[in-house]
Amino acid sequence: MLRYMLKRFVSSLVVLLAIITITFLLMHAIPGGPFSSEKKISPAIMKNIEEHYRLNDPLWKQYVDYMANLAQFDLGPSFKYEGRKVNDIIRESFPVSLELGLVSISFAILIGIPAGALAALRQNKWQDYITMLFATIGVSVPSFVLATLLIYVFAIKLSLLPAAMWGDAEYVVLPALALASHPTAFIARLTRSSMLEILAQDYIKTARAKGLSQIVILYRHALRNALIPVVTYIGPMAAGILTGSFIIESIFAIPGLGRHFVTSIYNRDYTVILGVTVFYSLLVISLNLVVDLIYPQLDPRIKLNEKEGG
Amino acid sequence: MNKELFEPLCGCDQAEAQARPITTYRQDAWRRLKEHKLAMIGLYTVLLIILIAVIGPWMSHVSYSDQNLMQANQSPSTEHWFGTDNLGRDLFIRVLYGARISLSIGIVASLINLTIGVVYGGIAGLVGGRVDRIMMNIVDVLYGIPMLLYVILLMVVLKPGLTNIFIALGIAYWLGMARIVRGQILSLKEHEYVLAARTLGASNWQILYRHLIPNSMGPIIITMTLAIPEAIFTEAFLSFIGLGVAAPMASWGVLSSEGVTSLRSYPFQLFFPAMAISITMLAFIFLGDGLRDALDPRTRR
Repeated sequence: MLRYMLKRFVSSLVVLLAIITITFLLMHAIPGGPFSSEKKISPAIMKNIEEHYRLNDPLWKQYVDYMANLAQFDLGPSFKYEGRKVNDIIRESFPVSLELGLVSISFAILIGIPAGALAALRQNKWQDYITMLFATIGVSVPSFVLATLLIYVFAIKLSLLPAAMWGDAEYVVLPALALASHPTAFIARLTRSSMLEILAQDYIKTARAKGLSQIVILYRHALRNALIPVVTYIGPMAAGILTGSFIIESIFAIPGLGRHFVTSIYNRDYTVILGVTVFYSLLVISLNLVVDLIYPQLDPRIKLNEKEGG
Repeated sequence: MNKELFEPLCGCDQAEAQARPITTYRQDAWRRLKEHKLAMIGLYTVLLIILIAVIGPWMSHVSYSDQNLMQANQSPSTEHWFGTDNLGRDLFIRVLYGARISLSIGIVASLINLTIGVVYGGIAGLVGGRVDRIMMNIVDVLYGIPMLLYVILLMVVLKPGLTNIFIALGIAYWLGMARIVRGQILSLKEHEYVLAARTLGASNWQILYRHLIPNSMGPIIITMTLAIPEAIFTEAFLSFIGLGVAAPMASWGVLSSEGVTSLRSYPFQLFFPAMAISITMLAFIFLGDGLRDALDPRTRR
């Protein structure tokens, strides 16, 4: 176990290093450099700017500097907002995105799993059809369309909830719904199909024959096993919610990290793009690591040291 | 003992006759797909959308980029079925034309990741051993990365445009395909016909593309069917943050993100492109689910 954890940890570290390097090189491969799009700047000022941000250093030196700073969790200055550091931007705006993300993830899990389980238990009955109808709509409508529809109906037409900005709980509802629709639908579909598979297994029949109550069979035997594929989806889901919030935060004018990321794309604010990418990658990779480590606890059949042989 | 003691049973010729006609795997799959109502609805919808995308824009005398400021932001009417946008361009034509762009993005991007995935997974599965371990470790590792971030990054570095979207989406999403192909090949290569081909002197490449890949076509087609709407979705996402195809070209993603900005005054401008995306998504998902039931031998009933 310890050896496996160590191995996974080291490989995650290697991935992260590779990612940072590739991202760094990509950002520096852009022709013209970050300041070329702005209005005419005199060469002298341009030189000063480049001096200030050390863009004149050879690439390897910039890379070494960036890495050295990164080792101290310093992501460098923003190119666009003078005097602001990428770290500050992340520190200010990430909690907002985190709150929105956690609400959405909880929604997806708390609605998706019971809905999927219910659909499986009532296969081909109306409960199944309704759940699957919603689940199919959930995966086929783009989140930004859903977001605008929600604003149109609940904020503009019905004036029930605020259309934008960030604040109390009422501000969280619409963006969280829009953000959670896709993962909720996906989890419901996933739970339903794995539940159907499990319910057809012999040990469920055995449990029934033993005279166990429906509830015990459901919770102790069926659901527990059916949730294993859902757990593996948590990593990708978190990544999806993080990136999905780029759009949602922009639409709802939420001052989160996602909106900053989108603005920094518009502004070609390279250090922020680079910083957020590194930050999010770190987050998602650590999350995947955690999921991988939890996984065998849920399913003792999985042995850690052996990769599946196909 | 003479011959008369043996009385032949009548009709012994027919004992070996087949009870049912032989159905090949392909016919069998097609038959099961036809039984799947939703899948057939999906299939016909996909075909219809492709047909519209190909011939639709030719049927009209106005082009997707024709502007007529006198007729800006018109509601749907007999003249402009889906209304017009803020530059007076006919939305119906733009949605038809958007079908071309969005579908070609979906198809080309998934063809690129099909190619990469099949070659990569094929080599890993066929060679096996240490090569397989290393190659699959790389895939596992890449799987943990939020790919959309890198698509965005690539689109920032490359310039927004159709070709670059093909490239960015194509090289980012081949991992699933590689895994599936590799898994298929690992199990298929133990079959006797591979051994037979090998004894006949077939090379690894011949075995791979004459025997193994055609036999793993089922899962490959399923993955493709689900990869196409995924790519269309991702392009819509990219368009929304300003990294989609360049104006005046318009994918459904571009059209919907334009529609979002004018939602309060002209909700129809979002409605039609959004419907187009959703219908296409639904059609592909239905078709994909149906194909999975039809092609996956494990679900044979």
